[in-house]
Amino acid sequence: MTLLSLARGSLANRRFAVALTVLTIAISIALLVLVEQMRSEVREGFYRSVSGTDLIVGAPTAPVQLLLYSVFGLGNATNNVSWQTYSEVIAVPSVAWSIPISLGDSHRGYRVIGTSAAFFEHYRYAGQQALALGEGAALNDLYDVVIGAQVARQLDYAVGDQIVIAHGTGNVSLQAHDDQPFTISGVLAPTGTPVDQSLYISLEAHTAVHIGWERGVQMRGRTLDPERARAMAEQLQPDSITAFFLGLTSRAAVFGLQSRINQYDGEPLLAILPGIALQELWRITGFAEQILRVVAGMVVLAGLLGMLTALISTLNERRREMAILRAAGARPWQIASLLVLEAAVVTAMGIGLGLLLAYALQVALAPWLLARFGIAVGLTWPALWQWLVLGGIWLAGILVALIPALMVYRRTLADGMQVRQ
Amino acid sequence: MTDPLLLIDELTYAWPGEQDPVIRELSLSIAAGEKVFLAGASGSGKSTLLALIGGLVLPDQGTIDISGQSLNTLSRSARDRFRADHLGVIFQQFNLLPWLDVVGNVTLGCHFSALRRKRTGAVRSAAEALLKAMDLEQRLWHKRADQLSVGQQQRVAAARALIGQPDLVLADEPTSALDRDRRDAFLSLLFREIDRAGSALLFVSHDHELAARFDRTLELSELNGAACHAIEAGA
Repeated sequence: MTLLSLARGSLANRRFAVALTVLTIAISIALLVLVEQMRSEVREGFYRSVSGTDLIVGAPTAPVQLLLYSVFGLGNATNNVSWQTYSEVIAVPSVAWSIPISLGDSHRGYRVIGTSAAFFEHYRYAGQQALALGEGAALNDLYDVVIGAQVARQLDYAVGDQIVIAHGTGNVSLQAHDDQPFTISGVLAPTGTPVDQSLYISLEAHTAVHIGWERGVQMRGRTLDPERARAMAEQLQPDSITAFFLGLTSRAAVFGLQSRINQYDGEPLLAILPGIALQELWRITGFAEQILRVVAGMVVLAGLLGMLTALISTLNERRREMAILRAAGARPWQIASLLVLEAAVVTAMGIGLGLLLAYALQVALAPWLLARFGIAVGLTWPALWQWLVLGGIWLAGILVALIPALMVYRRTLADGMQVRQ
Repeated sequence: MTDPLLLIDELTYAWPGEQDPVIRELSLSIAAGEKVFLAGASGSGKSTLLALIGGLVLPDQGTIDISGQSLNTLSRSARDRFRADHLGVIFQQFNLLPWLDVVGNVTLGCHFSALRRKRTGAVRSAAEALLKAMDLEQRLWHKRADQLSVGQQQRVAAARALIGQPDLVLADEPTSALDRDRRDAFLSLLFREIDRAGSALLFVSHDHELAARFDRTLELSELNGAACHAIEAGA
């Protein structure tokens, strides 16, 4: 098409200004796409972690808080659940499996979770995927620890290494349970969930390291040494745990059991459906997402206005070109459509470059998200509706160009073949 | 006597929004293949006359016929097509799209007229033949137009006006940016190719020195009633 080749020549002639305009649009598109991609990827990532669990039970708090500390290691529990209560709840016939967890310790910033063998057996992520050991074996000895894939990678640990866990969470000057070192017995295969960012010990070991810590600090002389602890392992059943995950025999039983747990007489409890708690979380973050969307939309608008400014600023230098084209027999609409074509090309290039930029940023941000939240962010193709939005932006770019095109149309009619002064 | 190629009868035109016509009761005719020198100072209405002949604006009164076709009866887009089909135009300067290469500039008119494309035949080789005829070396053909000297650019403009053998070439002071030697050389090349194409030439200039080389000379100030009035008013 010859009009297109003329438009291309004209654009190539102003390649520096055009490149800046394309970049402006690309940045705005990148922001828009990135916000949407991250939103859906983060949601997907969070959902992966809880998709195999029917109920999460802990001490009463906000459902979102229970979800965040029990699954994602964000925030802390306010209270514990007694072992007695735990035993009674999991005795209900509709409970297929249960995973107790005890939180509160860490190793170099990673969470150390006390749990039972049921965790390795029953925990499911991303639908129905079970945990698998990448190397080594599950917990055998009291002082065995199984570590997540990301922990092993970041800290360069292998099976057989000895580590010491710290009392409390966080990264600064924590007191260590250094009298009872642990040995890494296994490394879990990567899951793309917070499991990768955690270390797992048995509940008994969790109890053992905390004997003598009843006041929150280590009481010298009251703590166990490893040999004595191993000897009394059967008596190390915890008095309480932080929370527990439940899998039910049928999904239909979920709501019934949830209300039974929430009305449990012996102790105040909170049972949540992780999917619903996540929905609640997204409602909270939804407002911020809306703001981000609006901001991204504004930036796109600014990008298109930048293109409009660039186009209008070329009109005077184009006046001579229009006269030449008119003399060569071009009709006014053909000359006006050159501007529209240019805008279409510029916007399309901006959208293409913006997509590339968004993906590059996503690749760059992925390690940080993985380290910070244990969320594996994959590169996915934009959804259909996103393509529609991008198509809409392309059309908007073309519509914007109708303004200078109309100016050109009028001007060519008034100018004739000559540039009238 | 054959029918004239260009016949203008009692033409009057005022630009929109202006009281006084720039052209008043102007009549002239040009035969096919005739080379006519139209002498006119700037401001005498020559650009307006060329716009009228080009069909860019319609006369307020009077008629313009080219090759027996009355421009008055054509719609605006039909006039655009008619111009693309039948006319070649050379301006004083800045004739070329600066970012397009030389060959691209010459073939520009063929993009907008199927008839012209058909008459030209092989567009590219026709353009190259014309460039060669206008004494432009082959190494220049694929340069950007704005890398050429003014003289070279005017010869490219002539090649563009002549491609596809138009009935009439309108030239608006095409030599005014050239020095004397280049001017004479340009005219010689232009005339040779005009003759080869069989086109008529309406050459507007205030440089009377050139007039002798043309078949006929017309004074715009004598043809244009508006110019007479202006002179009378000024006197």
